[in-house]
Amino acid sequence: MSVEAREARQPWILLTPALTAVTLLLFVPLLFIVVYSFWLSSATGADIPAFSMQNWQEALTDAFYRDILLNTLKIAAITTIVCALMGYPAAYFIARSKGNKALLLLLLILPFWISYIIRTMSWINILGTSGALNTLLVGAGILSEPVQMLYNETTVILGLVHFLLPFMVLNVFVSLEGIDTNLEDAATSLGATRWQAFLQVTLPLSLPGLAAGSLLCFVLGAGTYITPMVLGGPRDAMFANLVYEAIITQLNWPLGSALSLMLLIVLGALVLIYNRYLGMAQLMKGLG
Amino acid sequence: MGWGALRLYTLLVYGFMFLPVGVVVLLSFNASQFGSFPMTGFSFRWFVELAQNDAILRAFRTSLILGALTALISTTLGVLASLALVRYRVPGENYISTLLIAPILVPEVVLAVALLLFLNFLEVNKSFTLLLLGHVIFTLPFVILVVQARLVSIRRDIEEAAQSLGASPVQTFFQITLPLMMPAVLAGALFAFTISFDDITGTLFWKPGGVETVPTQIFSMLRNSISPEINALGTVMIVMTVGLPLLGLALARALAIRSGG
Repeated sequence: MSVEAREARQPWILLTPALTAVTLLLFVPLLFIVVYSFWLSSATGADIPAFSMQNWQEALTDAFYRDILLNTLKIAAITTIVCALMGYPAAYFIARSKGNKALLLLLLILPFWISYIIRTMSWINILGTSGALNTLLVGAGILSEPVQMLYNETTVILGLVHFLLPFMVLNVFVSLEGIDTNLEDAATSLGATRWQAFLQVTLPLSLPGLAAGSLLCFVLGAGTYITPMVLGGPRDAMFANLVYEAIITQLNWPLGSALSLMLLIVLGALVLIYNRYLGMAQLMKGLG
Repeated sequence: MGWGALRLYTLLVYGFMFLPVGVVVLLSFNASQFGSFPMTGFSFRWFVELAQNDAILRAFRTSLILGALTALISTTLGVLASLALVRYRVPGENYISTLLIAPILVPEVVLAVALLLFLNFLEVNKSFTLLLLGHVIFTLPFVILVVQARLVSIRRDIEEAAQSLGASPVQTFFQITLPLMMPAVLAGALFAFTISFDDITGTLFWKPGGVETVPTQIFSMLRNSISPEINALGTVMIVMTVGLPLLGLALARALAIRSGG
């Protein structure tokens, strides 16, 4: 074999293990559940290979599933907006601060490293009937007895914001750091107020970061089932909870496949739209 | 909004992020019998109970082994792939990159279901193997992103110098490239370990009955009520998952300084 041919083969040898893993453990399984979603579940044992529309019909026409899907998207949207409102100013402060930027940023993304389940359950300590807030309010005489503040939609959103905020901050920060501060100075020296300079120069230039952060918050938020299980009430199930129910509790794998694919299609469409207009590069910057 | 107001706002955001975590740590040292407010005193009793709780210790061992194996496999695959993507001109490089990071673009629940059903079809039931394969596949993109980002900054001329002085490609890799890459490799491995150690979304789908990792153990304990032991466990986890990366960061920096990077 010639030297050139060997050179050309080398990267493929290096890539083979990772590509094989992704193919066999992601793409083939995804294709497999597409097939599986047309099968028929059987109460007694193995599911029956078939080509039936039953699961899809149920997943697409049952009002119960549709309502929960819409509610999931609503919760994810509110979470994303709250993350943006909280995360953007904080990221802006860090990016423009003259102090120890690295330390400030590290502090705010430190929660990334703190276990998700711990962070989620930590709100029970704050908002539970014997939590910090109730103890404080009863102690101060504002409440005569503890009230249950947990297990509703608001606490689910709260938990999600707490989980996802670092993604927003990091992405906005990365894009703010890439903006030449001279631009803002130029705008103010040409007569713009600082606020105008921000609105007309910095904000538009940082939109890619804001979009990347929002996409991550939305997609990760809409795909969770742990937060609603820990912080939500019985009526706060999100779409991923339905998947969990179907697969783990009811063992109805064909229906679970169809529901999973529905979630994938809805969220995948968002990722594709994002990719079409903004490309994946910004997202990778924020993750890397 | 003035700068002062912005500072205050940012401070509040920090408070929001850290307050609940702080309360977990605070309550884990609470002497009171029910482990909730009001605090009645300072005590290590919950940590002592934690150390005597067999279920939790078992979960800890499972998580450590799973995390270590995940890190090992995922980092190996990820480093090889990153080398190919950074060091060679591969046709369709962008497509390959997208394929390799696809596991984080797919919602984890969907990945979990697909893998569970497919491997079950191949007669691989819920088992440690399934758990490990699952953790490898969704940590792989993170390793590739981290390693790739660091690999770009390693200069090639040192390797070329070694080869022109007669080192074989294999020798060059092990004596020059790998030591230079060590910070990137460690960062990738640490990342994979932490993500694996923390995962619950996929783990609940893949774990066999009776096997618990630390997060699933905490999750199952939450169903009854929040016991002070969980707060103690939370504190241990926080120390581990925050301490380890910081240690790794310091280590990587020290290595980078020593190797003149």
